[in-house]
Order: sequence, then structure tokens, then C-alpha cells
Amino acid sequence: MLLATLLIPALAALLIAVSSKDSARRIATVASLAFFAMTALIAAQFDWLRPALRQFSVEYVDLLPGSGAGASLSLGVDAVSVMLLALTGLLAPLCVIGSFSAITERTKSYYGWLIALQAPMAAVFMAQDMVTFYIGFEFTLIPMFVLISLFGSTNRRRAAVKFFLYTFTGSMMTLVGLLYVVWFNAVRMPPSAGPGAGAWTVAIDPLMRAAQAMPLRDQAWVLLALMAGFAVKTPLFPVHTWLPLAHTEAPTAGSVVLAGVLLKLGTYGLYRFVVPFVPAAVAEYAPAIATISIIGILYGGLICWVQRDVKKLVAYSSVAHLGFCVLGLFALTPVGASGSILYMINHGLSTGALFFCIGMMYERYHTRSMDEVGGLARVMPVWASFTVFFTMASVGLPGLNGFVSEFFCLLGAYQSGALWGVGGGAGPLGPWYAAIAGVGMIVAAMYLLYMLGKVVFGPLKEPPGHGDHDHGHGAGDAHEGLPKDLTVREIGILTPLALLCLALGVLPTPALHALEAPVKQAIAPAHAAFEARPAPAPMIEGRHAEATEARP
Amino acid sequence: MALKLELIRPEIALFIAACIVMIVGLSKQHATRTACAWICGVGLVVAGFLAATTPVPRIATGAGLMPELIPYAKTLIAAAALPILLLLTGTVDRDYEHRVARGERFDPIRATRGEFYAFFLFSVMGVMLCASADDLIWLFLALELTSLPTYIMVAISTSRLRSQEAAVKYFFLGAFGAAMFLYGFAMLYGATGTTMLLQMARSFGEHGVGTLAVVGMLFAIIGVGFKIAAVPMHFYTPDVYQGASAPVAAHLAFAPKAAGFLTLILLLTTLGWSALPAVGGPGLPEPIRVALWVMAALTMTVGNVMAILQTSIKRILAYSSVAHSGYMLVGLIAGPGDGSLWRNGLAASLFYLLSYAAMNLGAFAVLACVERRARGSDEHAEIETVEDLRGLCRTQPALGWTMVVCALSLLGFPPLLGFFAKLFLFTSAISAGELPLAVVMGVNSAIAAFYYLRLVSAAYFDDRDERLPSGHVTPFSGRVFAAVASALSTVALLPFIGPLHAAGRRAVSTPAPVAQAPADAHAPPTRAAAAASDR
Repeated sequence: MLLATLLIPALAALLIAVSSKDSARRIATVASLAFFAMTALIAAQFDWLRPALRQFSVEYVDLLPGSGAGASLSLGVDAVSVMLLALTGLLAPLCVIGSFSAITERTKSYYGWLIALQAPMAAVFMAQDMVTFYIGFEFTLIPMFVLISLFGSTNRRRAAVKFFLYTFTGSMMTLVGLLYVVWFNAVRMPPSAGPGAGAWTVAIDPLMRAAQAMPLRDQAWVLLALMAGFAVKTPLFPVHTWLPLAHTEAPTAGSVVLAGVLLKLGTYGLYRFVVPFVPAAVAEYAPAIATISIIGILYGGLICWVQRDVKKLVAYSSVAHLGFCVLGLFALTPVGASGSILYMINHGLSTGALFFCIGMMYERYHTRSMDEVGGLARVMPVWASFTVFFTMASVGLPGLNGFVSEFFCLLGAYQSGALWGVGGGAGPLGPWYAAIAGVGMIVAAMYLLYMLGKVVFGPLKEPPGHGDHDHGHGAGDAHEGLPKDLTVREIGILTPLALLCLALGVLPTPALHALEAPVKQAIAPAHAAFEARPAPAPMIEGRHAEATEARP
Repeated sequence: MALKLELIRPEIALFIAACIVMIVGLSKQHATRTACAWICGVGLVVAGFLAATTPVPRIATGAGLMPELIPYAKTLIAAAALPILLLLTGTVDRDYEHRVARGERFDPIRATRGEFYAFFLFSVMGVMLCASADDLIWLFLALELTSLPTYIMVAISTSRLRSQEAAVKYFFLGAFGAAMFLYGFAMLYGATGTTMLLQMARSFGEHGVGTLAVVGMLFAIIGVGFKIAAVPMHFYTPDVYQGASAPVAAHLAFAPKAAGFLTLILLLTTLGWSALPAVGGPGLPEPIRVALWVMAALTMTVGNVMAILQTSIKRILAYSSVAHSGYMLVGLIAGPGDGSLWRNGLAASLFYLLSYAAMNLGAFAVLACVERRARGSDEHAEIETVEDLRGLCRTQPALGWTMVVCALSLLGFPPLLGFFAKLFLFTSAISAGELPLAVVMGVNSAIAAFYYLRLVSAAYFDDRDERLPSGHVTPFSGRVFAAVASALSTVALLPFIGPLHAAGRRAVSTPAPVAQAPADAHAPPTRAAAAASDR
């Protein structure tokens, strides 16, 4: 079933490549709906009572026949993968349908690559071996590169190249790190250490055991190598500069996929490969990574505040939001980590939806500058309601999805350490981290509400040529047919996202419940490594003693 | 003697074909003249067949250092030479044949077709002889036989003055390189008292590797560095590739490189590697390892950084071929490890050579296929700059996509062939304890993205520049076929990675006698030995 899910978009892309120009859109729509149906089916058949268990496992042994290389294609999903897979599946048809009016030229390339993009993304979430993961992780670059290069706005070529180079450079380092683990497993691990140990294999499980057995120095290097790739993709603070550019230049659907799923490949990599693989190094360096994320939260937020370009603003807000996500993960508490996973989903929903909203505005006014448009609530009430709704979800208004995950991430960071010897002690972070990151929430509220105030409310302002007479587009405009407010198609795109935002905001318990077991399993080694650490400074000795006492 | 003749049967087939071609090329009948390429093709196919059926068990008892390498390398070379031959069609005598077709009297003196194809076959023959070399003198002659015909091929490949300039430059630097490794060979002879590779290996195993031998080996390596275009002997590459016509450049980017790497594998193996897991040779002497390390790192970095600065496609591809030599050197430094898939650096280098042959050929083939022609005239010129590639995917989809796929494969993008080739180099380097080198290679792969992306962007994204003369597809359909075939092979060979790599591993295995060298030796245990004892 997993393989079929992968093959649908891949085959559809090939079909589009050989079929005629006119049918590209139709094939893409059907394929993306089928892809969504498959992911929904996986989610429905998934045994949610055993969320940490790897399900639907399939293994195609011996990809390199006759080599005895142990290279196999193995797929499988746990609750975290299923959720992210479902998010991918949901966004796929929305992106395709959302591009109907925006893309009118080179449709074959556009829909072909857009649908082809789904396969490697899904492969990353399903991969249970290093080669499949890496191929998927890398291959997302090509479709995205093409989508930005061909269908972006004015500065697209530079944005696409920057995107490619940053990500490719990072992931080369990730590859070296992963291969080092493979080597370590084959050479340094005694065959008695478990199945797959002492042999050349790329399956995740034996590699994880091997990596955990590495000495701290090796783990630290592997951590650095893996972070190089995943931090760029996430993106974390010093290497985030490709993201605003790529987002601003990408076509709407490209931005949606980029924010919705592609960035999650980075955080998913952190969750799947970094935290369980190199627990000792993670426990050691979690404060440093958390500091970087907090810098990202505050710095990203402050940059948002001075943006005039709405799309760029939302792009920078992704930097800030994913900072929360990483912070929660590296708190190494179950609460923080499940908040982090939930954040991935929520960010995909609300930011993806915001990019849709901005795209719809752009199609009508051909500008994204706050100085040129304003008070659109008067002319586009439906659009305005959706935009306000998703902005609130993004800000973290209680009752909507953003709040739950952001709160959990901060709570996790808070619980992770002690404040003046009081409480916590479960992880490497502490209340100070939560407190400083909490400022980021306020900053987020400031810039997003500021944007709302400018664009949605206030006095009506439309760029010249879009006066109050009936929608005066210039001659030769491709979007003559668009009415002032949203069409049924556009409402249909935004509604499911809005409903999910609401559902996850009001009733996050089932999701959190399902995440608990896999997340605990993922952070357990890091947590154990943290506990086993010799107390580095006398100041937290009390907490360490407490922790030792707590152990049987 | 009879045994040696049996060994070089493929070369004999090529030699016969070359002689026939030289005569046939002078024929007055146009149809007979055009048979030259076909005869070459038949010769290559026969040679490939003979190579594949070389009786290995019998030669294994002979004097060969790596007997299994002979059939593997020769088959590989014959297979890679076939598409190069397709590219070479129509390189020489094109304008002259036009004039003859318009009624000019055919003058055999002015036709170069026969020599051109014959020299090509001689050059391929040289590469094959390198593989079966068991003796330093043989090795030297084979290396020179690879290079000498290419000097002439460069000179006659176009009628431009620049080709002749390139040929002269190539010749002088080539002579310099030859002198270097001949000097090195002489020292090796002085150190061991033999020119036989197998005897040398025994001598090194029994008496250790002395200073004279190390110095000799370093000279030999630097000299061979000319053939593989490795720093510091890479200077000629961009100029010569640019001066030669694209098909000849494609040949230059493969044949001497293959010969050079086969030579290096043989030479370094005499120092006491063993692909047999049980024995484990002492590994490379430290000075040689360091020299190769620096050479590999510099070659990759210089190649990639210089390629970014170029605007001419041929110069980009020339520097990229320099960089790829650097990658392949990594496998040589890693050594055979314990001979398994992930650890065998020699096999990884051979596999990379094979992948490189396919994908690099595709990139050069595109240059050979697209030509600029002014409207209504026979004047034709090769495309020069990256700008000329613009919009190729729209105007010539097959060629455009060939460029895109080959550039991505050269970049090492998964899941194309180049990715797996690089993967094996990475794992072998890490296995041999050369983690820093693996990191250097990773960084270089990222640098390479700059210029390969430019090729991809130009071909796929950009619209054609209307001011430039329009590109036409070459009238020689064989070239287009070769281009598309090599692009397809970067995908079609994927299922066969296992068997191909296994064949490569078999090829670099040495029979037991060489590995008699006790690991204690005189030198302290080296890194490779330490890595081998890890298991």
C-alpha cells in the first residue's frame, strides 16, 4: 500500500510527460486526489492503538542484486509518519486545484513537476532505510527547483539557485554523516549487538543502535554533519536566508508545499535521525541548538515586523515558527516533543493556508506590498474572514491549532529544566529558554496583527487600475475571469484547511495521545543519556541528585 | 609468448581494423570511404567480444599482477569506445567531402578520414594494453600509445588554427609527463632490479619500500597525473579540450584517463595491497598516501572552483573532468579494503570510471550534436558558451534532456548513476579511515552544483536567445544516438549496479602469491592496515 502511494504521483508525472498539453491539469487533479485518498486510507487503516509500532512495513530486499550490499528499499510508518503523510496528501490536491487560475503557461511542466514532487516527500516520511530517505530528501530539490525557476516571479532564478545550493550543500554533509554511521555499524559493532549489527546495512534500526553506541566525540561529529543538512532544510537561524527568497519568488502552490511539507523534512529528519541516533551528543548540545532556535524565533519575528511584502512576512514567520518546533523537540521531554510534531502539522496547515490567501490576493491585485493594498475586508469579505482566521491560527489564538502546539513546545522547554533548583530537571533546557522564546509569541502577535491591520482592515486602498468599478484589469490579463471575492473553488480549498485548524485546536487530545508513545520512544535514549551525564556544574547538582534518586 | 599473444587478442583485432581503415580511407569511391566508421565499429565489437572471453584461468597462472582486470577493463573500454566512435563520425573531411560531392576531384592526400579513425583505434588499443601490462616497459609503451595518436587527432579534428595550437601544447606537456613517469620507472627499476610488476610487488613485500622506490613512485604518479588531468598536471586540459572538436574532446576525457587510472591501480598494487580479506597488505607507504591525498583534494577543488569561473561549456566540462579525476583518486587512496562492496576503493574507482564514461560522454555529445549554421550556408561551428545551450529542451528536447540528465548525474544527484558511483567512493574512503577526504569530497560535490546547475538552467529554463544564430542538429544521426544512449544509460544501468560493481571487485582482486608480504614488513603498520584489522 505504501509503495502504491509512492507510485501514484510518480506514474502520474510520467503520464503527464507523455500526454498532451490539455490533459495535464486533469491528470494532475485526478492523481493528486488519488494520492490523497491513499494517504487517507493509510491513516484510516493505521492501528492508532499501537502508534509507536511500525505498520504497513514492506521490504524489497537487495536493490543491488548480486552485490550482497544489504541495500534494500524498506517502507513503514508510525503515527508521526502517518500524520505528516496525511498532511502531504491533503495539500497535494489543494495545490493542484489552487493553481488552476494562476498557471496558464507551460502547464505540462508545472503540473508534472508539482505532482512529481509528492513522491519523494512521501518517500521521506515512509523510509525505513537510509538510502530511500536520502534519495527522497534530495530528490525534492529538483521539482521545487523547476517550479521556482520556471513559474516564480521576477527574481526567481536567483532564488531557485540559492535554494538548491544551500540545501544540496547541507545534505552532502548529511550523507557523509549517515555513511559514517553505516561504516561504524559494519565495522565497529559486534554482530552480537543485535540484528543487522556488524554487517553493511542501511536499515534504520541497526544503524540507530550503532550510532547510539558511538562515543560522544563521534556522536558530536555526526550530530554536526546531520544538522548541516536538516538545519538548512528546517531552516534554523544562520542558514535560513534561502527561505524568504525562495518563498517570495515561488508560485503560490510552490510556497504552500515548501512551507507545508518541505520544511518538515528538516524537522522530521531531526526527529527521526538526530534525536534517537546521537542521544549523548543531543543531550550535550541541546542547549546550543535551542539557543539557535530561540535566536531564530526572535530574529525572524523582528524581521517580519519590518517587512512590507506580505509573502515575505509569512516566509520569515516560518523561520520563527519552526524555531519553536525545534525548541520543543530538543527540550527532550515528551510534552515538548509531541508539541513539536503537532507543530509541524499545524504550521503546514495554517501557513500553507496563509500562502494560499496571499496567492489569491496576488492574483487579483498583482501586488503583495502592504503599502499598495489595504482594507480589503470591504471588497473581499470572504477572503478577509479566511485570512483573519488563519492568521489567528498562526498567532496561536487559544482554540485554534497553533496555540496548542506552541504552548506544548514552550511547556516542554519549561519543564525540561529547573529554575533556581525548583521543578523540572527532566531535560537539558529550562524555564529561561521558555521565557525568552515566549517573547517570540508576543512578537508574532505584533507583526501578524499589524499585517492584518494594514491589509485587511483600515481604509480601502487598491493599486491603480483596480478601482471600485467592476474589477478593472488591464488588457491581456490572464485572470480576467476572477470575481472580486473568492470563487467557490477557492473557498473549497481553504475550507478543509480551516476545519482542520479548528478541529486540531479544539480537540488536540487524540492526536497528542497518539503521538505520546512514538515520541517517548524517540527521545528515550537522549533522555537516558542526559540522565547518565556527569553533572557538569555544581549549580544543577541538586537536580541531578534528584534525578538519580528518582531512578529505581 | 603464446600466452601473451592470447592476452592481447583484442588489441590484435583493433590493429587489423586500424590497418584496413587506413587503406580504405583513401578509396576513390565515396561509399567505400564511408565504410571506415563501420569497420572501426566491427573492430571494436570483435575486440570487446574477444576481451570478454579472455581465458582468465590460464592467465591467472601467468605473470599478471591483476589477471582479472584484463577482461574487465578491456570490455569496459571497448563498450565505452563504441559511443565515442559514433560521436567521431563526420569530424574530419566534412567540408572536403562536400566539395568532392560538388564535383571536385578526390585527392587522397587531402583526405584525413583513414588516419583519423586508425589513430582512434590505436589510442583505444593503448588503453587496452595498459590493462594487460605486466611490465614497466610495456606500461610505458601502452601509455604512450594511448596519448600519441590523440595529439594528432586534436590537430586534425578541426581546420581552425586553435586546434593546432592545442595539439602542440598537448604534445609538449604530454612529452613532459612521459619523461616524468619514465624517470620514475627508471628509479623503480633501480630500487627493485626488475621491470616486472609481479617481481616488483614481491620485492616490495620482502624488502619493504625504500626511499628510492618511494621517490620513483611519486615521479611515476605525477607523470601519470598528466594522463588523468590531475593537479599539478592539469593545466593543458581546458585549452586542449576547447581547441579540439567536441567528439575528440570526449575521447580525450575518457581514454587517457582510463589508461592513467589502470596504470595507477597496477602501480599502487605493487606496493603491497591485497584485496584478499584474510591477508591484508601493509597498505600504501605514508609519503605516497599523503601525496595522493593532497593530489586528490587539490584536483577536486581546483577543478570545481575553476569550472565555476568559466563561460565556455567545453572549459566547464574540462575542469569538471579534472574534478572527477580527483574523486576517482579517492578510491585509490582508500585501497581495496577487505574487498567487499562498500570498502573496496579500487572497485569504487573502476565503477566511477564506468559511470563517468557514460555521463560525461552524454554531456560532450550534446556539444557535438548542436551546431550553429548561418541560414542557407554550409558553414557550421560548434556551440561555445553556456548561452548557446539556452532553450535546448524546447528546441531539441532529446538533446536538451540529455544535457539535463547528464549534468545531474555528473553532479551525483540521486537516484542517477553518478550518485551511486559517488556513494561507493564515500563509503570506501570512510572505511579506510579517510573521513576528512570524504568531507572534502562532499564539499566539492556541493561546489560542483554551481556550474552543473548553470548547464541545467540554461538548457531547461531559459528561452532561446534570439540574437544568437540558431542551433541545428548535426546531420550525423549517430552522434544524436550516442548522446541519447548515454543519457539513458545513467538510468538504465541502475538495476545492474550490483553485478557491475561485483565484476569490478573481481577485476581488482590479486591472486594469492602477491600477498605473501608479511604484515610486519619493515615499515610500521600504516593506516590502511590498521583499518583492515578493525574487523
